[in-house]
Amino acid sequence: MHLEYTVIEGDFVNAGSASSSIKKTLKQLNVNPSVVKRVVVALYEAEVNAIAHAYGGVVTADIDAGKILVRVIDKGPGIPDIDWAMQEGNSTASPEVRNMGFGAGMGLPNIKKNVDRLNVQSTVGVGTTVEMEVNLG
Amino acid sequence: MVFFHALQINETVCEGCSHCMRVCPTEAIRVRDGKAHINENRCIDCGECFIACPHKAVFVKQDDFEEIFKFPCRVALVPAVFLGQFKDDISVSRIYAILKEIGFQHVIETEISTPLYTERKNRMERESNNKPLISSFCPAIVRLIQVKFPGLVDNIMPIKAPLDITAMFIRQKLEKEGWRPEDIGVFYVTPCAAKIAAVKSPVGEKRSSVDGVINMDSLYNRVYKKIKEQGHDYKEVKLPIAQLTSDSILTSLTNGERRLSIAEHSLSIDGIDNVIEFLEKVENDEVEGVDFLELRACDQSCPGGILTYNNRFLTCERMFNRARYVAGKERRGELTRAKEVAEEHDYLMENIMVEDVEPRSMSLDPDFNKALEKMNKIKILEKLLPQIDCGICGAPSCNALAEDIVCNGCKLTDCIFIQRNMESRKSMKVEKSLQIMEKTWGREKIENYIKSKFLKNKK
Repeated sequence: MHLEYTVIEGDFVNAGSASSSIKKTLKQLNVNPSVVKRVVVALYEAEVNAIAHAYGGVVTADIDAGKILVRVIDKGPGIPDIDWAMQEGNSTASPEVRNMGFGAGMGLPNIKKNVDRLNVQSTVGVGTTVEMEVNLG
Repeated sequence: MVFFHALQINETVCEGCSHCMRVCPTEAIRVRDGKAHINENRCIDCGECFIACPHKAVFVKQDDFEEIFKFPCRVALVPAVFLGQFKDDISVSRIYAILKEIGFQHVIETEISTPLYTERKNRMERESNNKPLISSFCPAIVRLIQVKFPGLVDNIMPIKAPLDITAMFIRQKLEKEGWRPEDIGVFYVTPCAAKIAAVKSPVGEKRSSVDGVINMDSLYNRVYKKIKEQGHDYKEVKLPIAQLTSDSILTSLTNGERRLSIAEHSLSIDGIDNVIEFLEKVENDEVEGVDFLELRACDQSCPGGILTYNNRFLTCERMFNRARYVAGKERRGELTRAKEVAEEHDYLMENIMVEDVEPRSMSLDPDFNKALEKMNKIKILEKLLPQIDCGICGAPSCNALAEDIVCNGCKLTDCIFIQRNMESRKSMKVEKSLQIMEKTWGREKIENYIKSKFLKNKK
C-alpha cells in the first residue's frame, strides 16, 4: 500500500497530519501499539524537520509484508555533513527556529532510536531524503 | 469475545432515522431493515446515541428494582450527583429517609472513599514514569481508550473507582457485623450507561463488588413521588457513616480529581469529542510535559450523565453549594471524619488495584497480511465512493461503508451514487435500487413513502 502527503515549509500548525493518518492505518492493520508509537514518533520528528529546517517536501509511506518504509523528501537546503548532524546536540537551525523551541539537535538521533533502519541522503542546494524502515511483525 | 454494553435499541420505537449513527464516536451503529443496530464490540456506552435519538428508542437496560428484595441486607450506593438532582429545599437527610422507606436498610454515598482513591492515585503519580497518567474514573473513557487508542492503555491508572472501593468497604463492614457475603446486596444508583457496563463486565477485574444497578432516572421518579405524597409531613435520617468532605462531594464534577492531584501539569477534559481530539495528540506524542489527565465522557462530567433528570449546570451548582457549606464546617472543625472508612484503610488499599487494562482492537483482521489485503481493497473502494458521508447506505461514512463491504458483506451498490450511475448506464433497474433501499431503511418505510407521496402526485 502506498500513501502520500505534502509538507509545507513553516506550516507548524499542520505538523503531524501525515503521522496521524499513517497511525490510523497501522492501527487498523493490528500492528502492535508500541510499534505504531515508534513509527509515529519518528515520522512526526521527520515531518517537523521538513517544516522547520527545509523548504517543505513530501512524505511517502509504503506498507507491505511486515514492514513500513517511510520517505520524507524535502526540497532543500540540504545537510552538508550528515555524520555531524546525526550526533545529539548538533544543529544547523536558524535562531528564529530555535526561538520556537525547535533545533535542539535531537531530531535525527531521535528518529534513529525509533526505527529499525535509517538512511539519510542529502545534497546541499537540492534537498534531503530521510528514509526510515520499521518492522511491523 | 463479546463485550457487555448497557445501551440498547427498542426496535418497536426505532424509526431508523440514523441520528444515532451519525453521532457515534466509535462508528458502532448501522441502520439495517429500518432499525438501528449497535455493534457490541465497538460500543463504549458513552450515551451519545441516547442523547441524539428523537424517538427515545435508545434505552438503558437496568436490573428490575424488585431484585433488591432477593437480598436480606440491602445497600443503596448513592453518588453525590443523585442528591444534586433535587431542589435545595429537599434536604439530603430527607432523601436518605425515603431511600430507607422504599427498601434499603443502608444508604452510603459513593464518594466516601475518595480520600483513599486520591491517596493511591497520588502515590502512583509520584512513582510512575508513564506520563501522562490517565484517570480510570470514567468507565466510558477507559473503554474509549481500549477501543480507539490501544497504544494508551498502559497510561490508564489501574485503580478502582470510588464506586468500587466504597462497595468493598460496605461489604467488609457488614460482614464484620455478621452478615453472610451472599446475603448482602449492594446496588449502585447510576447516572450513566457506562457505569452499568463497568459493573456488569468490569475491566481488569474478575467480579465487581456491586450486585446490581438502578438507573438514576427511575430512582428519581420513585423518590420524587414520595416527596409529593409526603407534602410537609416527613422525617429526616442522619447517615450513620460520616458525611462526605467538601473534596469528596466535588469528585465527580469536572476538575474534581484534578484539583486534588499532586501533578505539576494536569488537565481535565470533559465531553467525548473533546477527549478524542486530545487523545489523538497524546497518541502522536505531540503533547509534552503533561503528568495527569482527568478525562470524562459527558459534558460537565457525571452531572451530564444520560440518566440524570436535572439540568447538568443546575446539578453542578447544587453540588458546589453543598461542598461550600461542608467546607465551612471543615474550617470550623465541625465535621466528623469518616472514621469507619479510615479503619478499613489497609484492607481497602490492599485490594484497590485492578489488573492492567487490555486493548480491544478495532483492526480489520488479527492477521497482518490479511488486514493489509483488506486495507488495500478499502483504499480502492474509497476512491469509488463519493466521500460525502451522506449515510444513505446505512453506514456513518463512505469509509465505514468501504470497511463494511470488505469485512461485513455489504455491497458497493448500497451507495446511492453508484446506484444512480448504474441506472443511467442501464445496468440497474429502478426496482433493484428500491430493493436495496428497502434492505437498509426497511420495507415498510419505502412502501409507505411510495403510497403516500408518489401516488398522490400521480392523481
